[in-house]
Amino acid sequence: MTTTLSVENLRVSIPLSAGVLHAVRGISFEVARGETLCLVGESGCGKSLTSLALMNLLPSRAKREADRISFDGADLLKLGERGMAKVRGNTMAMIFQEPMTSLNPAYTIGNQLEEGIRLHKNVSAKEARERAIYLLEKVGITAAASRLGQYPHQLSGGLRQRVMIAMALMCGPDLLICDEPTTALDVTIQAQILHLIKDLQREFDMAVILITHDLGVVARVADRVAVMYAGEIIESGVVGEIFSRPTHPYTQGLMNCIPVPGKTRQGERLGTIPGIVPSMIGEMTGCAFANRCAYAQDICLQPLTTHDIVPGHAVRCARAEEVLALTAGSNQAGTIQSGSPA
Amino acid sequence: MLVYTAKRLLLAILVSLTVSALVFSLLYLSGDPATALAGERANEADIQAIKAAYGFDQPVYVQYFKWLGGAVQGEFGQSVYFRMPVIDLIVERLPVTMMLGVSAMIFALVLAIPLGVLAAMYQNSLIDRAALLLAVVGQAMPSFWFALMLIVVFAYWVPILPASGSDSWEHFVLPTIVLGYYATPAFMRLTRTGLLDVLSSDYVRTARAKGLSPAMVLFKHALRNAIIPVVSLAAVQFGFMLTGSIIIETVFALHGAGFLAWESISRSDFPTVQAVLLLFSWFYIILTFLADLLNAWLNPRIRVA
Amino acid sequence: MSIMTPTAPTAEVILAPTPGQILRRRIFGHRGIVIGGGIFFVIVLMALFAPLIAPYDPYHQDLIARMAPPVWQDRGTWEHILGTDQVGRDYLSRLIYGARISLLIGIMAALISGIIGTVMGVAAGYFGGKVDLVVTFLITCRLSLPVILVSLAVVAIVGGSLEMVILVLGLLLWDRYAVVMRSSTQQIRSLDYVAAAQAAGCSTWYILAREILPNVMNQLIVVATLEFAHAVLLEAALSFLGLGVQPPLPSWGLMISEGRNYILFDPWLIAIPGSALFLLLLAVNLLGDGVRDVTVPENRA
Repeated sequence: MTTTLSVENLRVSIPLSAGVLHAVRGISFEVARGETLCLVGESGCGKSLTSLALMNLLPSRAKREADRISFDGADLLKLGERGMAKVRGNTMAMIFQEPMTSLNPAYTIGNQLEEGIRLHKNVSAKEARERAIYLLEKVGITAAASRLGQYPHQLSGGLRQRVMIAMALMCGPDLLICDEPTTALDVTIQAQILHLIKDLQREFDMAVILITHDLGVVARVADRVAVMYAGEIIESGVVGEIFSRPTHPYTQGLMNCIPVPGKTRQGERLGTIPGIVPSMIGEMTGCAFANRCAYAQDICLQPLTTHDIVPGHAVRCARAEEVLALTAGSNQAGTIQSGSPA
Repeated sequence: MLVYTAKRLLLAILVSLTVSALVFSLLYLSGDPATALAGERANEADIQAIKAAYGFDQPVYVQYFKWLGGAVQGEFGQSVYFRMPVIDLIVERLPVTMMLGVSAMIFALVLAIPLGVLAAMYQNSLIDRAALLLAVVGQAMPSFWFALMLIVVFAYWVPILPASGSDSWEHFVLPTIVLGYYATPAFMRLTRTGLLDVLSSDYVRTARAKGLSPAMVLFKHALRNAIIPVVSLAAVQFGFMLTGSIIIETVFALHGAGFLAWESISRSDFPTVQAVLLLFSWFYIILTFLADLLNAWLNPRIRVA
Repeated sequence: MSIMTPTAPTAEVILAPTPGQILRRRIFGHRGIVIGGGIFFVIVLMALFAPLIAPYDPYHQDLIARMAPPVWQDRGTWEHILGTDQVGRDYLSRLIYGARISLLIGIMAALISGIIGTVMGVAAGYFGGKVDLVVTFLITCRLSLPVILVSLAVVAIVGGSLEMVILVLGLLLWDRYAVVMRSSTQQIRSLDYVAAAQAAGCSTWYILAREILPNVMNQLIVVATLEFAHAVLLEAALSFLGLGVQPPLPSWGLMISEGRNYILFDPWLIAIPGSALFLLLLAVNLLGDGVRDVTVPENRA
């Protein structure tokens, strides 16, 4: 597999009146052609800003820094706004969380589908239209040709998200970024959309970054997982490894929050993670999770690094091995202060 | 769209009728209009003659329907002061007011929309602050005072423009500035806030994610949606400008319908007052009706229901 | 910031300022409110203590001292700081007393129209249905009647006086109140806590007074400032056209009207009352904008 995107030490900061908010604090990851990377974390952990940073679509007051963002062999940091515009929607495409508001109400579906490809590729209006019909059919929209003349308000949320996916695929991107693509949809539609993304990924051989807070989604689609907490990736690895051996106490806590058929007994309390996310304003030394962690010791307040516990499974926890040993055998029902009602 | 148009039209007609009744009944605020018309030195015979001439001896509702029936056909009776048919007076004066209204509207839009767009695109920049200052000052400036100060400066201190009259295009310059500036703050603020809203919308983000250039995002995706409320406002503002023309035309002695309104009011020329008032109201109703249609046409959610 | 202890996760929460403190900080940090409020406060003081501040009787004519220029002009003297008008009345004194008229008309008209418009708007928004239809229709009718023209005509027919101007403006300026109150009441009515109050069996009056009104108060204040300014402006315009407050009352609009004949040689006769009018309107508009700014939730400026 060839690496499509490789990010090193990405940081996003937002100056506020109370100080500088470091929303993303030096994260590194890569994703290869045909592979799905899931960025998981609770709201406010910086996962959405990460995706916007890749596209360079951050709000104007947010500042993006990184050592390197290499995409298809080029360094995105060195591209100007013009160069970036050539990448956006062309080789790197994105799907957003809110299908209801992500389409312009003033223009037809066809118009909005075709404008990107007319811009990036040297195609005729007819070819653009044919491509649009082809992709609308691909994403499972019937009577595709007649849909082109419809306006967004005439479509349901599920259909609109399918249109958004088709729109993202118009130019045949190498990387598709999906920012919570199913959060705003009904549960039954969610599964269909996830299937669709997975199928299309195989068919078009794309790299996919999927951002979600839902571990169920991760289990369904991910090849690799990166768990984010307070702007950092605190654990990453192959999906099977993360689910079978969650090591970081935060990941363990997350796993405890979902019921597992056959394992979670009826009437048993699901886990919660006590405490709140620390303020992300200003610098932070040591482990960001320390104030909520049952295993926290003095060492956790020292500067720490991410290290592999087995090749390909990296954890940002000073006591990873000890935690793993302590929780071995009961990984799914970790001993982290589970179930204390708040 | 057809149903929508029919509904709006019905509403416009109902409103027109109600307003006409209100305008008609204004006359009766004074008690007996015949006495008021006759003036202070009139004797009983004069009053009786006026009553007969104007139909005041008939029941009020008969008078109303006669008046309304005439008004629909453009027949407003005889002006008491000018001694000529009211409709002729209006036909003579209206072009001046229309000319003033249109030029002031163009002045306002040409000034306000680019400023509003720039203010939204460069939020909190120098241009944003300058635009805000212009709006704040414009809202607080009494138009008649602004008009007088412009006269002092441009007609007396630096005499390059005439102070009053309506003979040449130069006579329209100062009135246009005053009336246009009066409408500018509202347009600018609406353009700015509308565009700011749209620029932070999800579909503008989608457009940017497609790799569209900033200019395309602005002109194709943002401005079109941001401008819809400005269109409605333009119609409403045009109505307000016509009433504003009463003050402006009086200050500049511009012989338009607004000046006619003031002349007839200050001379108790009731038939003319009623006619001008009714026409201004109907004009406003027609404008808002057209604005609604234009709005619906610009907004596919209404057009393609 | 470094995390010192694994406990005390709520430290930030405790240290956060209370809503009242935030509001106070935002009010005094808002330049518009500080400037507008300052000017408005000075004008109110001027109006309240007019008899103490004014150097002369605003109605006292002195034909020998007529048309004295203000102190900054060549022949100006400190005797009449802002000069005198065409019948020799002290201009500063008239200006100070004029503040009373503008403020009185602004407050009274905003109050009368506020009561009418709020009742209509809240009723339309809360009850919906036929009430809403009727109110919307009335608003549309009212909007299609040009305010200046109607008030000019009414004043011309009934006769101009301070009371008449207040009454006419009060009865005409309720439209914006009704529009704004209607839409904000509709918004709040659809919120869960109103449904909860209804479910709990609270009376309509109780819900209107305790759940709806407090939550539309901010918008009400903003509209009130706008209509205050509107009324002040209209009074000045009516008086300027000779169909508002009647002489010899020292209305600013009337002063401009009276000074109009001397515009060529003594433009200060209109510049001074006009500036006062401008400052008052500016102050009230800045206050209104400021109130709107500080009461909207954060991040939505």
